[in-house]
Amino acid sequence: MARVLVGVKRVIDYAVKIRVKPDKTGVVTDGVKHSMNPFDEIAVEEAVRLKEKKLASEIIAITCGPAQSQEALRTALAMGVDKGIHVEVSGPEYETLQPIHVSKILAKIAQNEKIDLIILGKQAIDDDSNQTAQMTSGFLDWSLATFASKIEKGEKDVTVTRDIDGGHEVVTLKLPAIVSADLRLNEPRYATLPNIMKAKKKPIQKLSPKDLGVDTTPRIKIISVEDPPTRQAGQIVPDVDTLIAKLKEKGHC
Amino acid sequence: MLSRRIGKQFCGHFKGSFGRFQSTLVVAEHNNETLTPITQNTITAAKNLGGNISVLVAGTKCGPAAEALSKTDGITKVLVAESDIFKGLTVENLTALIVATQNKNKYTHILAGASTLGKTVIPRVAAKLDVSPISDVIGIKSTDTFIRSIYAGNAIQTIQANDPIKILSIRGTSFEPATLGSGSATIEKVPVEGCDTQLSEFVSQELSKSDRPELTSAKVVVSGGRGMKSSDNFKILFDLADKLNAAVGASRAAVDAGYAPSHFLVGQTGSIIAPDLYIAVGISGAIQHLAGMKDSKTIVAINKDPEAPIFQVADYGLVEDLFKAVPEMTGKL
Repeated sequence: MARVLVGVKRVIDYAVKIRVKPDKTGVVTDGVKHSMNPFDEIAVEEAVRLKEKKLASEIIAITCGPAQSQEALRTALAMGVDKGIHVEVSGPEYETLQPIHVSKILAKIAQNEKIDLIILGKQAIDDDSNQTAQMTSGFLDWSLATFASKIEKGEKDVTVTRDIDGGHEVVTLKLPAIVSADLRLNEPRYATLPNIMKAKKKPIQKLSPKDLGVDTTPRIKIISVEDPPTRQAGQIVPDVDTLIAKLKEKGHC
Repeated sequence: MLSRRIGKQFCGHFKGSFGRFQSTLVVAEHNNETLTPITQNTITAAKNLGGNISVLVAGTKCGPAAEALSKTDGITKVLVAESDIFKGLTVENLTALIVATQNKNKYTHILAGASTLGKTVIPRVAAKLDVSPISDVIGIKSTDTFIRSIYAGNAIQTIQANDPIKILSIRGTSFEPATLGSGSATIEKVPVEGCDTQLSEFVSQELSKSDRPELTSAKVVVSGGRGMKSSDNFKILFDLADKLNAAVGASRAAVDAGYAPSHFLVGQTGSIIAPDLYIAVGISGAIQHLAGMKDSKTIVAINKDPEAPIFQVADYGLVEDLFKAVPEMTGKL
């Protein structure tokens, strides 16, 4: 049976309309609703399903971030994860924390915990990087499948259906392996109240990047964060004829 | 001493502005028959960096793509890695090839289009070279300063990369395609020894067949949302699309409800497109959807709900029942 690691990130809730800070250094995060990155919920759900099918022995969830990041871990524990690891990174160090740093942390944890399968969300909806699974696979030299819509675990391998441009493809990965979850992989469960209560008793181990020997020196300098250009307000047309006339005027048809 | 300082300054300036010492490797994407259009957009991005451009073509059959690339303007060299180990172009083998090519030729920049392939391989290559990659670049300010969008396109970030090698994936719709035709790049074979990692195996691939243009490169796109109510109803969009020679897309709601296949998806989690004309039918316009289409030149929304957020970005909005408006439009075009 496999030992599974899932990564979770606390991000601004997907339904929140974000605001750029007036000084252009980033977006406003204080007092804004946060929740677990939606793709990570899918990763957690898949891991829990593997355990329910007796294909996984233990599931560990890891998060990197400030103290509040533990909320994401508690949610994962309430969904059925066995234990949490919180790698605390805060302040300016967190602001320039990139997938390269997180991947190195994940790679270290995977080795320390003798993990067989890592499942991560395909991207975080804040930085939209879509890098961490790929980079972790590079650091560990493990097999990789991104954008998974189906995962079938075998004895020594895992077969993954991936969403690709224009269709889908199937690959078989040698274990240990890393898979990133796409939205279609599953429908994450809601944590029930009894499980939320139980999750409070589950262990969370606290570490720092230093404990793991990972250097978090910034690799990038954020020069500015600005609002995207706004579109000119359009017009409501009364009927199909006017619409077609307007489109013809613009040379679209 | 003064002259030395000026000399040094000049050198620095020269390097920065003219890209004298820049050399870029572009990872080409193709299907063993034709070059994928996003490669041409990526070549334009590479040209913005200045310096020499080499393009790497890997696959089981590289002839057609290499031929097309050798005639592309602005390319110095086409590197060809043709082997059965690139069947299905598994990320582990492709990464090994790119890293070996980089270690031999020492490029300052490595670029690929931000397609499924580019998004998958670029970060793995970056990890192997201990570099922090930059995803989905929409603008190039200088050889080390790049623009990208975050939070589903709701903020634009300008960042300076500190790593010695810059490894980027390029958003195709943000750069014009490089023209194929008049160049004369040399074609060179590259060794593939040591690139067969045997870490994963390609099993099968299923691409949906369609006579319509491909979603990410189509000039016109017609998309349906939850308001379509069923997959059968998508037929009225196909009819309209055929009249306009358009590709067909869908919102997350339509895909989740099973009305449209997943590769139709336009949005933060699907394709990011910027056609000349985007017609959103029965789509409310959630931020995740807008992230995928708001750079379209002209946006048309057809929706019976006048409060739908899509009308805030639409150039032309029609508040009407789509089941009446769409067939009427098809009939009158």
